[in-house]
Amino acid sequence: MAGAVRGTLVARRRRELWLGIVVLVVLAALPFGVGNAYLRGLIVLTLLYAGLSQAWNILGGYCGQISLGHALYFGIGAYTSTLLFTRLGISPLLGMFAGGGLAGFAAFLVGLPCFRLSGHYYAIATLVIGMMAALLAANWDFINAAQGITIPFHGESWANLAFRTAILPFHYVMLAYAALIWFVAWLIEGSRWGFFWRAVKDDVAAARSLGVSIYPSKLAAAAISGAATGIGGALYAQYIGFIDPDSTLDLSLSVLIALPAVVGGIGTLWGPLLGAAVLIPVQQLSVAWLGSAAGGIDLMVYGALIMALALARPEGLVSFFHIRASRGATGHG
Amino acid sequence: MSAALIAQVALGGLLMGLVYAVVAAGLTLIFGLMDVVNFAHGALLMVAMYATLLIHRATGLDPLLQLPLVALLLFIAGVAIYRGLIARTLAVRVNAGMVQIFVTFGLSIFLVGAAEFLFGSDFQSINNTLLGGRTFALNGIILPLPLVVSGIVALLVFLALALLSRTEFGRALEATREDHEAVALIGIDRDRVFGIGWGIGTASVGIAGVMLANFYYIAPDVGTNFALIAYITVALGGFGSMFGALVAGLIIGLTEALTALFIDPALKQIGIFVIYLAVLMVRPRGLFGRL
Repeated sequence: MAGAVRGTLVARRRRELWLGIVVLVVLAALPFGVGNAYLRGLIVLTLLYAGLSQAWNILGGYCGQISLGHALYFGIGAYTSTLLFTRLGISPLLGMFAGGGLAGFAAFLVGLPCFRLSGHYYAIATLVIGMMAALLAANWDFINAAQGITIPFHGESWANLAFRTAILPFHYVMLAYAALIWFVAWLIEGSRWGFFWRAVKDDVAAARSLGVSIYPSKLAAAAISGAATGIGGALYAQYIGFIDPDSTLDLSLSVLIALPAVVGGIGTLWGPLLGAAVLIPVQQLSVAWLGSAAGGIDLMVYGALIMALALARPEGLVSFFHIRASRGATGHG
Repeated sequence: MSAALIAQVALGGLLMGLVYAVVAAGLTLIFGLMDVVNFAHGALLMVAMYATLLIHRATGLDPLLQLPLVALLLFIAGVAIYRGLIARTLAVRVNAGMVQIFVTFGLSIFLVGAAEFLFGSDFQSINNTLLGGRTFALNGIILPLPLVVSGIVALLVFLALALLSRTEFGRALEATREDHEAVALIGIDRDRVFGIGWGIGTASVGIAGVMLANFYYIAPDVGTNFALIAYITVALGGFGSMFGALVAGLIIGLTEALTALFIDPALKQIGIFVIYLAVLMVRPRGLFGRL
């Protein structure tokens, strides 16, 4: 019995990995089918959010800790790599890992007090810490306060991860990022930690009685999730070429990072990508088409879409493909 | 810095805290009743402020006299939101908590967008009101009259909510809060209680909106900051606790005013955040939280 369960689990994980490789190949070929520069930019942004939301999903989906403050880790990643480049001349190729490391450490520090809180208390505490960081950053002269930092451009270069005219390089950079975080989530699903985390999410008391140490489990999930988000922040900074507290630390960004995973399917491998593929184009295109002509309609469309998707597909968009969130022993149906 | 100035700032902060407390009261009432955090709460405050503005423009009726009318309108809006959206989220079997968060969050974005579409994103205000421009002076302490009256109205709202809990409906509310399923056995219609609970919750935020419209600017995203403070107030006081919302609102109003006075107006929210986080480290469920 146990052997059979194990067998189907291994087979399913192998299928997921193959599917991942197929999707990766299709996405790698995608720019050759899309000539329009605007659409290419849209795809780059979608891939970035697919990666960011998967990073959020590691803590929010697999471990069940709904963070509304992930912009903090994004901002730390963006500012660290940018400051290392503008002040010390260190390439963002290295800087993004420094930013990721620092963001992961920050997530660990935030977790120390916050994982003593549960449910809504946790969500609101992460929201408040995120807002606090945004407010302090906007008043901190060392990082140019609210004016933000423009990243100087010295020509197209892989060494500095700087491209202003070519979009193709960033397509592959963001694809590599999204694929990396997807692979981390895939590894977690099959690992001891993954089972611990899902047990923590499904039933804290039962998990504890089975000997899962809750607190360290959550801290580990937070650190990995924060580090992955920080790398995304550094990549965003290189892509846009300008960062300020509004665009890298705001509460709305925290929500935008969480939303694709929730709409696509929280705690699933494919939810963040599916959610990003629907939400990011809808949001960007409605701003582009409707935002200028009649301000506000873009927000109405976006809000109505979120309401409709949440009500029509509570399990997320993945349920269209008959994929369920993988759970511990308590899987339903 | 004179003692009178400090007292004046502190009193002003406490009065603003009463307004924060009323906004939080609606949020905590709905949460306590059915475990739903309403992320459209700030947008509903904004709706109440625009309603006040439009009625003022159309009829010239003073905001203060509009209180019962706008409260009734927001009550109806609350019942409609429950019937149209929230009742559906309660039927969801998986991810119910996330669905509730994101349905109310989507509603919030929708309402802000609708306001921007209808009224533009410019700041507006209501001039020539009964209270506008007047002050209240006592022993050298001068306070704006709209703020003083807002504080009094806020206390009346809390009194009304306290009296409500003694009525037949209040007991049905309490019973439904205790056990959603069992109340059906004693003839309480759960859907009706939830619907009226939403009505009362949004009517409270409506009253806060009318009072704020007397002295605060009106814009599509005006609710965002008040909602943020309301979430902190509710978490500080304890989710579901009405008394906690009142105490936490006062603490937050006072902290905000004193931080602005002694440290830096630009950092006034930092004071709130620090107090909130400090309390939560000692009391993870807020000051008076049961849940």
